[in-house]
Amino acid sequence: MGKERAAVLGVGQTKYDTTYPGSMAGMLREAATNALEMSGKCWDDIDAVIMGKAPDFFEGVMMPEVYLAEALGCVGKPIMRVHTAGSVGGSTACVATSMIQSGVHETVLTIGWEKQSESNAMWALSLPQPFATSVNAGAGGYFSPIIRRYMMMTEAPELIGCMVALKDRKHALNNPYAHLHQPELTFEQVVESPMLWDPIRYSETCPSSDGACAIVLGSEKVAEAHDGPVAWIKGIAMRSESGSFAGRNMVSPAASEACADDVFAQAGIHDRRKEIDAVEMYVPFSWYEPMWLESLGFAEKGQGWKMVEEGATSIDGGDLPVNCSGGVLSSNPIGASGMIRFGEAALQVMGLAGDHQVDGAKTAVGHAYGGAAQYYAMWVVGADK
Amino acid sequence: MADEVLTAPLVLEYPFTRTTGPVIGGFLTGLREGVIHGVRRSDGTVMCPPLEYDPITSAPLSELVAVGTVGTVTTWTWNGEPRAQQPFTQPFAWAMITLDGADTPMLHAVFVDSADDMATGMRVEVVWRDKREGHIIDIAGFIPAVASTTGEPGAMPGDVEQIQSVRTSIRMEYTYTPGRALSQYLRAMKDKRILGDTCPETGEVSVPPRGVSSVAGKPTLPELVDLPDTGYIESFNITRVPIKMRPDLTPPYVSAWIVLDGASVGFMGLGMNVEPEDVRVGMRVRAVWKPDDELEMSAQNILGWEPTGEPDEVITDYARVGRIEQGDDQ
Repeated sequence: MGKERAAVLGVGQTKYDTTYPGSMAGMLREAATNALEMSGKCWDDIDAVIMGKAPDFFEGVMMPEVYLAEALGCVGKPIMRVHTAGSVGGSTACVATSMIQSGVHETVLTIGWEKQSESNAMWALSLPQPFATSVNAGAGGYFSPIIRRYMMMTEAPELIGCMVALKDRKHALNNPYAHLHQPELTFEQVVESPMLWDPIRYSETCPSSDGACAIVLGSEKVAEAHDGPVAWIKGIAMRSESGSFAGRNMVSPAASEACADDVFAQAGIHDRRKEIDAVEMYVPFSWYEPMWLESLGFAEKGQGWKMVEEGATSIDGGDLPVNCSGGVLSSNPIGASGMIRFGEAALQVMGLAGDHQVDGAKTAVGHAYGGAAQYYAMWVVGADK
Repeated sequence: MADEVLTAPLVLEYPFTRTTGPVIGGFLTGLREGVIHGVRRSDGTVMCPPLEYDPITSAPLSELVAVGTVGTVTTWTWNGEPRAQQPFTQPFAWAMITLDGADTPMLHAVFVDSADDMATGMRVEVVWRDKREGHIIDIAGFIPAVASTTGEPGAMPGDVEQIQSVRTSIRMEYTYTPGRALSQYLRAMKDKRILGDTCPETGEVSVPPRGVSSVAGKPTLPELVDLPDTGYIESFNITRVPIKMRPDLTPPYVSAWIVLDGASVGFMGLGMNVEPEDVRVGMRVRAVWKPDDELEMSAQNILGWEPTGEPDEVITDYARVGRIEQGDDQ
């Protein structure tokens, strides 16, 4: 069955920060308005709004999509919420894309957001349960044993994670929207930062951010009529798997590998490292960069950390720049974080990434994961149809 | 009854902090000063309480206008059994009230003795809370207006501090039921027995039992299996800083995936009687139980896991978890 082509016409973001100074509705409106402005579209042009955010407990607003319809110009139009934990920003963009690929809509606004200042994700991720023992607190306590297994498996040098953390914070200096701007940060400071969830240092974790990211998507007809660069969507893929079963590959879950295989096949990518010019991947804890480099097929198994060590993932001379925006390690409005990865990948191939533009980027990848590394969403975007 | 499903209360509550923006913040600032505001739409109509965006055109709204403190009930219903956190403890009416000068109604409580005292079209007036702070609860509710009350819109004092954020506590009370398989497991815990269940296709044994195999997507075998209270650590985390939400856990502490002998997958447990620096992947451990006279139907009977001193388990594949030696062809 044939699919309609879809393209990104505009990406809009808010400045990621500890606290967005306005209301939740105002924050979404700002991101959506910025995306509309880049796309040259107005509210009346939008056929439907597809939104996504992290679990309701993270902000304590039940069914926010009901309250936010007016702020997003969605009166009298279809509105739909997607929910796949931390990967939600990515899967929301995938669902929005499929609305165009299926021929249902011509122009769609998609948006993801989080206002972490209103709540505490650590609390929401550590809810008590009767009859049970809980020794866990927050996401780091869950992912640290997995990172430990990766380190043992690959015998990677101990400070690879610190190298990723420093690289992403340096990248963030070129992105005005990034939450963390730490121009004075040194490698020694990253290394000497206290261990939180050993082997994860404080400096190797993501901040808690407020922010929203919106993307305007159009059909081929709409994109052709657009006066300005667009990012053609070459493939979208989503996968999931159970969080616990015997023999589960926790370091590189089968769902992650299947998601990557699917999206690269759709995009006709054969040599992933060579053919992809920029990657925005979901790295909330630094060690996930080498782990995903392997899982997504940019490196052989056990070799991902060497790409980090060689500087291959730096915008400054690397052949596969990863997270030129500063990534999740520099801004983490959870429900938006996946959408930011997708939006930043689009900006790269549109040539609109500003000071963190990869020269001549033609093909880029957006990636997100969520839950107990259970949910995956990816897209490949290109400058050419 | 032996196989009755267990239940327990579960309360979740959190004081959320909302940044308000200028429209909602302006409304709340007015409440603190004893003035109720609506917001004017482009067609001149006034919505009270105010919205930030026009419900028809989606245009941003900003012009706050003071409305009256007396209004008209447009419809209502009786609430015979008030709950905690509702405006009144005695039975009262929920009513849609259009304040004088507003074109849309707000939902609020009207305090009267009985439903016989309520009528559509009746006039009601605001009852303010004694101490106002700039929160929606500054309006305690409404009572029938006496004829002499005009409820003219109040005037805002000049140069007041604007409300920028507000605390809204949310509390939810659930009845938690762990389900059939888990209930059996919890009952056995009282006798210091650990039960698991088995996937009908792969033979995989899960602890705690889940009732369903996540691999096969089928119910697990009806007969639960007894497992020993020994196993090994397949990986671990050391939390080295205090976690605000968990004052009961003193850092540094070890949270480890424990795979019991005879089980296929691990679960998270607390490392005990061992220095964090001495914990290893593959280390053999046994359960540390509560004293017998303190045992309950709870997984909390196991306080944690301590080293047995046996030789470490040999792990051949660090990527994969659980017992995968048998029946794993990958």
